Amino acid sequence: MGSAVSPAWPMSYLTTFGPRADPVTGLTWGLIVLSLAVILIVTILVVAGAAVRRLRAASAGEALPVGGSAGGWSWIWIGLALTLIALVAALAWTIAVMAAVGSPPARPALTLEITGHQWWWEARYLGAAPGQTFVTANEIHIPVGRPILIRLTGADVIHSFWIPALAGKTDTIPGRTNLTWLQADHAGTYRGQCTEYCGLQHAHMAAFVVADPPADFEAWREGQLQLAAPATGPAASGEELFVERCGACHTVRGVAAGGVAGPDLTHLMSRATLAAGTVPNTVSGLEGWIANPQALKPGARMPPSNLSGPELGQLAAYLETLK
Amino acid sequence: MSAAPNSAWEDARIPRTARVTPDFPGPRLEEIWARAPGLKGWIGDVDHKEIGKRYIVTAFVFLLLGGIEAMVMRLQLAGPDRRLLSPEAYDQLFTMHGVSMIFLYAAPILSGFSNFLWPLLLGSRDMAFPRLNALSYWVYLAAGVFIYAGFVVGRGPDAGWFNYVPYASRTFNPGVNIDVYALGLILLGISTTVGSANFVVTFLRTRAPGMSIDRVPILTWGTLTASVANLLAVPAVSLAFFLLWLDRQFGLHVFDTAQGQPLLWQHLFWMFGHPWVYAIVLPAMGMVSDGLPVFCRRPLVGYTPVALSTVATMALGFGVWVHHMFATGLPDISLSFFSGASLIITIPSAVAVFAWTATIWLGRPVITTAFLFFASMIVLFVIGGVSGVMTASAPVDWQLTDTYFVVAHIHYVLIGINVFPVLGGAYYWFPKITGRMLSERLGRWNFWTMFIGFNLGFFPMHLLGLMGMPRRIYTYPSGMGWDTTNLIVSLGSGLFALGVLLFLINVAVSLRRGEAAGDNPWDAPTLEWSVASPPPPYNFAVIPTVASRHPLWEDRLRETEARSRLDEGLLLARGRETLGTSALDAEPNLILEMPADSVAPALLALGLAALFAGAVLTAWWLAGAGGAICAGALIFWFWPNRRHADLPEVADG
Repeated sequence: MGSAVSPAWPMSYLTTFGPRADPVTGLTWGLIVLSLAVILIVTILVVAGAAVRRLRAASAGEALPVGGSAGGWSWIWIGLALTLIALVAALAWTIAVMAAVGSPPARPALTLEITGHQWWWEARYLGAAPGQTFVTANEIHIPVGRPILIRLTGADVIHSFWIPALAGKTDTIPGRTNLTWLQADHAGTYRGQCTEYCGLQHAHMAAFVVADPPADFEAWREGQLQLAAPATGPAASGEELFVERCGACHTVRGVAAGGVAGPDLTHLMSRATLAAGTVPNTVSGLEGWIANPQALKPGARMPPSNLSGPELGQLAAYLETLK
Repeated sequence: MSAAPNSAWEDARIPRTARVTPDFPGPRLEEIWARAPGLKGWIGDVDHKEIGKRYIVTAFVFLLLGGIEAMVMRLQLAGPDRRLLSPEAYDQLFTMHGVSMIFLYAAPILSGFSNFLWPLLLGSRDMAFPRLNALSYWVYLAAGVFIYAGFVVGRGPDAGWFNYVPYASRTFNPGVNIDVYALGLILLGISTTVGSANFVVTFLRTRAPGMSIDRVPILTWGTLTASVANLLAVPAVSLAFFLLWLDRQFGLHVFDTAQGQPLLWQHLFWMFGHPWVYAIVLPAMGMVSDGLPVFCRRPLVGYTPVALSTVATMALGFGVWVHHMFATGLPDISLSFFSGASLIITIPSAVAVFAWTATIWLGRPVITTAFLFFASMIVLFVIGGVSGVMTASAPVDWQLTDTYFVVAHIHYVLIGINVFPVLGGAYYWFPKITGRMLSERLGRWNFWTMFIGFNLGFFPMHLLGLMGMPRRIYTYPSGMGWDTTNLIVSLGSGLFALGVLLFLINVAVSLRRGEAAGDNPWDAPTLEWSVASPPPPYNFAVIPTVASRHPLWEDRLRETEARSRLDEGLLLARGRETLGTSALDAEPNLILEMPADSVAPALLALGLAALFAGAVLTAWWLAGAGGAICAGALIFWFWPNRRHADLPEVADG
């Protein structure tokens, strides 16, 4: 997966890649420059004031005289005038930016429902018909260059959905639905993370937005709509294990596993990471995670599996088939 | 020298005046105001100076505890994927760090300085309600111990100092942790409330004759403003925590998701929380406004605008709480309003900054450690201020909020505008409090270590925030570009901690070997420097009469013809007494009878602690016993005493 985001700072928002974030980024830079200028001016005033005046006092050879109670108010008036100008400009720019990013520039191409869970993201793609709707987790594919409407809610506690290079944060609050939108103008993977403290594994709650060229996105969407293929060979016993041991919490569409406590795993192998960005989705990563999630993400809702070595292998072999 | 009291004329008593001479005051005033020997005397002491010192020492202990918690966290965060701390441990540590610094250090340290200084600044013999003052301290101590008791047994608060629901509800946080925090904070709220009421009445009623409200030191404006704000803001948080406790214990549905409203918590909390931030910086800004000019050898530029901007900051401070909630999905129109209000609050702060800067330029600065702390505070304040302006802009805040940028901001605000002025204040007033000077030599090391360590440790946090590092994460993966910066932050904050340690060493050394201070080592202008160091228990042998803002500089400033009279005034020695004056102009109109020492406040605090401990443990017998102790303490407290009218007024026994 290529990325438009700087590989050195994948979470930075000083460079952004879409109309939801870009006007904000301009304002952020503007305020950074203004802030640095103010800091510089005041620092120079304080340091120079202390240094210059001390020299003068020393040269005059005075002890500790006390003087001059009058005057100096012009400092305050001039300072206030400059401050006011800067503030009014900042406020006007702020309101202009809010107006610019308040709603998408065009009709959204797609509506997503994203739900924050302790500690992963559920993404529901709403289709025109019931059969066109599907659910995935943590890695959210979108078509490049198109505005996406996102309805956010929380399943348990408050989380906050944030993809720095595409859009600022919006909280996911249980019992409420918040709306946000974003658009990626360049193909690539954009990393994000939960930013409202939500408990033990708040640190391991990454989200990824993958912006695909429209054709790739359509192909991905078609793939996600498919049911899982029936398992054959060694994976067949893994499927049985899955239904028995994992189905209470996880869904794989196409088999008798319909749990909703954990992520939908129907197309697990289409995702690059496990456990909301905690573990790379490789064979060893997968086996390590299933064997004992608590070692990698202590406090996570998934218990240790207590499977034997061969069972673990069978289960992993089955999961490997969920393309 | 004895005046026979005429009981028939008691209500129309004409108080005696006296003149301070080498023989006066004699032992009699000392005897009236001194505390009884022994443990009972120590516990029962209601002298504002003693209470102030206890506040300062206790608050510093909590500062050190919070600092140790921070250092442990910085060890964990010094590199990626470190596993020194479990997530549980980290969550309790960052919560306790916030609770310690914001609630148990930042506000109480200022109460400590104000308690010690106020009557000395205002020309009075004690606070308006000395016993209430003692109660305020003991309840604060009880609340601090209460919250830390939970932490020590591994059941400390762990949902952040902001304690958002539903995470803090019983469903997601079933342990006793949050109950400890909820009740501990209600307990602390009692302390804050009685302390604030005392400051307000003390300001309005006990200023020396002639000290009209445009002649008081700015510190008292700061503390007064903060106290009024506390009286208005603390009820919101006490109510919120009480309702949360009811939710958790008795299944009320105020904040839950199904029938309640989680966002209500955030509103109630920040309606309190934001004014609180101003309450813990305004008195410290007052310290700078009073201390800095002494070392610039001239009065503060723009006393009136600075005093008014203090009040204006607080008034505006009640209208900005939603800027903590910009990402919660509130309508844009309301975000615009709160963005505007949060930007406008910069104006009164700018007044103070330019007033201080002008004072440096128009004065002749003498570089002392105290000056360095005060002057550097201006720069740190501006850094914390401009980052505040950035977060005040709602769209920018959508990116900045809950990243390390905000961690940087809050530390520039709280360390820059609270810790640095407090350290400056410590160097400035230590001679008055203890009679000895702090070492200037060690002081320079102290200052530069703290200043460099602080900026090295906290300025890069802005960058971490801009690089997208979220707050409140117990670890982070490598590959985010945060590794080196985090290491620098950890090293810098270690250096800063070393600076704080140097301060403690300086205090320890100077307490024994410091140079004797004399009454007025800085040649400062205000009333506290007209009395001995440390001051006698009665503060002033006679009640001074004040004619200007700078009673000790009048002959040199020559602002008016009138002169303050410090060595001649009302004696008021018929038992513990001080003068009551009118609210605005400080015209004398009443003799205030001050209470004797009493263990009742300490007893009441003990009873309250037992009551709250019983509630946390759902040991209702303990709560009942605590309630009974409270009732007993109150009866004891209000038991009628001998009236002052029956006592003779004499200067010497």
